[in-house]
Amino acid sequence: MPSAEMKNRAELMDFDKALELFEPVLGFEVHVELNTKTKMFCGCANEFGSGANTNTCPTCLGLPGGLPQVNKKAIESSIRLGLALGCEIAEHSRFARKNYFYPDTAKNFQTSQYDDPICHDGSITIELESGRLVTVEIERAHMEDDAGKLTHMGGATGRIQGADYSLVDYNRGGVPLVEIVTQMIEGAEHDAPEIGRTYVAAIREIAKALGVSNARMEEGNVRCDANVSLRPRGSNVLGTRTETKNVNSLRSVERAVRYEIQRQAAVLAGGGTITQETRHWHEDTGVTSAGRPKSDADDYRYFPEPDLLPMAPSREWVEELRLTLPEPPAARRKRLQAAWGFANLEFQDVVNSDLLDAVEATVAAGASAQAARKWWTGEIARLANAAGVAADSLVTPAQLAALIELVEAGTLTDRLARQVLEGVIAGEGTPAEVVDSRGLAVVSDDGALIAAIDAALLGQPDVLAKIRGGKQRAAGAVIGAVMKAMRGQADAARVRELVLERAQAIE
Amino acid sequence: MTYLTKLSAAALSELLVGKQVSAVEATRAHLDHITAVDTDLHAFLHVAGDDALDAAAKIDARRAAGEVLNPLAGVPIAIKDVLATQDMPTTAGSKILQGWVPPYDATVVARLRAAGLILLGKTNMDEFAMGSSTEHSAYGVTRNPWDRDRIPGGSGGGSAAAVASFQAPLALGSDTGGSIRQPAAVTGSVGVKPTYGGVSRYGAIALASSLDQVGPVSRTVYDAALLHDVIGGHDPLDSTSLTDSWPSMAAAAQAGLANGALKGVRVGVIKELAGDGFQAGVTQRFTETLALLVAAGAEITEVSAPNFEYAVAAYYLILPAEASSNLARFDSVRFGIRVNPDSGSLTSEHVMSATREAGFGAEVKRRIILGTYALSAGYYDAYYGSAQKVRTLIQRDFAAAFSQVDVLVSPSAPTTAFKFGEKLADPMAMYINDVTTIPANLAGIPGMSIPIGLAPEDGLPVGLQIMAPAKADARLYTVGAAIEQLLEARWGHTMLSRAPALTPTEMFASKEGAV
Repeated sequence: MPSAEMKNRAELMDFDKALELFEPVLGFEVHVELNTKTKMFCGCANEFGSGANTNTCPTCLGLPGGLPQVNKKAIESSIRLGLALGCEIAEHSRFARKNYFYPDTAKNFQTSQYDDPICHDGSITIELESGRLVTVEIERAHMEDDAGKLTHMGGATGRIQGADYSLVDYNRGGVPLVEIVTQMIEGAEHDAPEIGRTYVAAIREIAKALGVSNARMEEGNVRCDANVSLRPRGSNVLGTRTETKNVNSLRSVERAVRYEIQRQAAVLAGGGTITQETRHWHEDTGVTSAGRPKSDADDYRYFPEPDLLPMAPSREWVEELRLTLPEPPAARRKRLQAAWGFANLEFQDVVNSDLLDAVEATVAAGASAQAARKWWTGEIARLANAAGVAADSLVTPAQLAALIELVEAGTLTDRLARQVLEGVIAGEGTPAEVVDSRGLAVVSDDGALIAAIDAALLGQPDVLAKIRGGKQRAAGAVIGAVMKAMRGQADAARVRELVLERAQAIE
Repeated sequence: MTYLTKLSAAALSELLVGKQVSAVEATRAHLDHITAVDTDLHAFLHVAGDDALDAAAKIDARRAAGEVLNPLAGVPIAIKDVLATQDMPTTAGSKILQGWVPPYDATVVARLRAAGLILLGKTNMDEFAMGSSTEHSAYGVTRNPWDRDRIPGGSGGGSAAAVASFQAPLALGSDTGGSIRQPAAVTGSVGVKPTYGGVSRYGAIALASSLDQVGPVSRTVYDAALLHDVIGGHDPLDSTSLTDSWPSMAAAAQAGLANGALKGVRVGVIKELAGDGFQAGVTQRFTETLALLVAAGAEITEVSAPNFEYAVAAYYLILPAEASSNLARFDSVRFGIRVNPDSGSLTSEHVMSATREAGFGAEVKRRIILGTYALSAGYYDAYYGSAQKVRTLIQRDFAAAFSQVDVLVSPSAPTTAFKFGEKLADPMAMYINDVTTIPANLAGIPGMSIPIGLAPEDGLPVGLQIMAPAKADARLYTVGAAIEQLLEARWGHTMLSRAPALTPTEMFASKEGAV
């Protein structure tokens, strides 16, 4: 471990012990990057993965004379997100400049919102694995533009420390963000880490369900800053908080909260004090390290953005947008699990594989819920995994429903159905077409089966004798031979029935 | 071809449309005159030269091909260096932008090109438009054509001096607290600050976003109107741009030339913008002009604007506050000069700091510090917040005044052009010079300055400021053209025709990237 990391690794107190001595108080700031076609304040493409500094213009590069124009779609997405979080939508809202110097911020101020955020005073209720329901109050959700991306060159670690120089890519500069800020979360207790993870997961899920963000944490579409402070049991005075920045996976949110509780507890119990600061989360080593000191007096010299007019979203528009809201993801999950009768683990499997929409659509197309689940999380997920693509990009719910219908009608065995699936994925047509073209249907003509069975029985007189003698288990050898002769296109159960029948009947 | 430089834009336009004169001839005449006189005056920071002649040749070709062009097509114009031009350096008079050529045109510049005007070059200004004398330019002073030891006003001293010295019939300026009107007043030219939102700010390097407005500079009211019609109107790239459709300012100016145009016009004289602190000759010419107005049938009323006494104070909080934020982008990362610190590590913070230390002049630093302080936590309400309240009170004063009168008038500036260095040591003395012009910016209303004679004590131009309610810019042109006609009839000549003849000087240095 490099020495810098050694230095970062702090004394930790056992988690349960920490909870015995202290009460954790949490707060989260989640940035959701909107998936609008263009940026927040100019016409440049909002696109991940373009060549460096290609999606730029005088406005988002902060060139002298550049001026912002508000992206109405971004406002709409922000309002919808706010409504989904149960927020009030402000009748009057305006942008403000947050002034600070940093090379990734082209204008050296961020166009954000200060005292008039677009959404305020909401809440969402999240359900923990234990079934505990926790209501997280949302203080505000405001709009702002993202900064560019810095790449530090020349150093060993890719961090700014030790770098020779840095490159800036302003493609992300000006991309619309909604920052969702919670109220203080008290009473989290031992669930604190899980609350962090579940809350961020819920925000991500809501943003995705609304279609306002691609909501991929690995691409930075959803970023979380976690605030943690501890207060001694019995005290009602808040402890000093730290803000761990840019925790970019659900698991990391959980780990970072747990780590900070354990670290702060050790510091406090050792007679030390917590410094109010931002901290960096190190995914690889699972620790946080001190960033810059942050005080409540951090002075961003906010003032209303004079280059933009105040907004007054009409109540009619807000109500129209409210009608476009999808069913809340948590309620939808509850409803679907009940309707499908899945066990918790079965349902979790579908949710975790991001296949809820696929299963729902397959059921809607006529398939049974269990069959839909089995195919999506089984064979299709396996093929998708091998190909490195999303499962729902391989087949459509309608195609799968048709396939399942063929299986349930006895036209296909599971094994044949897998071959048909391959054909469908290969673009050979609908399941029925693949069955025809590949000649894969189960042979249900008893005449053909009987001929094959008779031949097999007569070819193995000792086996025939055993069956006749009552040893039904001996039939297996004949069934195998028949299936082979039929190239697998027979229903094994029917073959078995007929073998037992013919063993008694043939001469 | 010297006579071509003496013509108004309207007169030159007639010759161009009638094909009696080519755009190339007109452009060359102006370029020659610039060569002759500007080494001494220094109105221009950059002269387009061959590019201007090429553009003129294209206009001639299009006109010869029978294309119907804007009447101003082929008329030369000078551009204040605060406006982005993609083929000329744009420095805003600052060292920090030395040599910077923007990758785009300001909307107003694009509109000039589309209308076929010929861009002669970029004019000098106080650094980032901070000043009233053009002495704060990083590239040296501009001289007043009336007296070369005196300031041409500011911040747009270059545009005003260029027009007043016949180096260009038209120019663009920008006016945040008087930067078009005060230079017009002290050089005997015409300058208009349109209604806030009337002309696009896209591509105008921002000083104070809520106050800045681009506008015309010319030698006649009608010329200003023609130019206003080209640059005005909604621009989706400027969110504060008004979506209103505007009447023709040129038609409004023409209406002012009709007999009896001033009859029954209610003219308000602002009590607070007269008397103490106003030079005797300024007051005298102002009073005479009022008498002329009465004789022409206008009704003069004295109105009070009690909150104007706080205007300068509020302005010098709002402007620095917005400027401190607008000027943050000058950090050496993406454009402009880069200066490495003499010692210490080359972190972005140190380089930004060294660049801003070397690149900004003293007045710019003074206002950035002032503005940063005014926006600081704990001071915001007392300074920026209070200043915004004053702004509302001033708007109310104007609203009350305009409920009684059609236009308001005052001297454009308290004094005639002062001498170089006279107010440099005392920023407050410089700031107070804008007492007459600042209220219109705070309220967002339009204002115009027209020449009304020479002060007897120093023989220097005096300006009359005319103000109208927001969006009533056309009224300025009607009243302004009418007064201009009355005065010229009385004088028997235009005022600028009496400006001292300028001695041609040897052209010994190229103006390219002038320092």
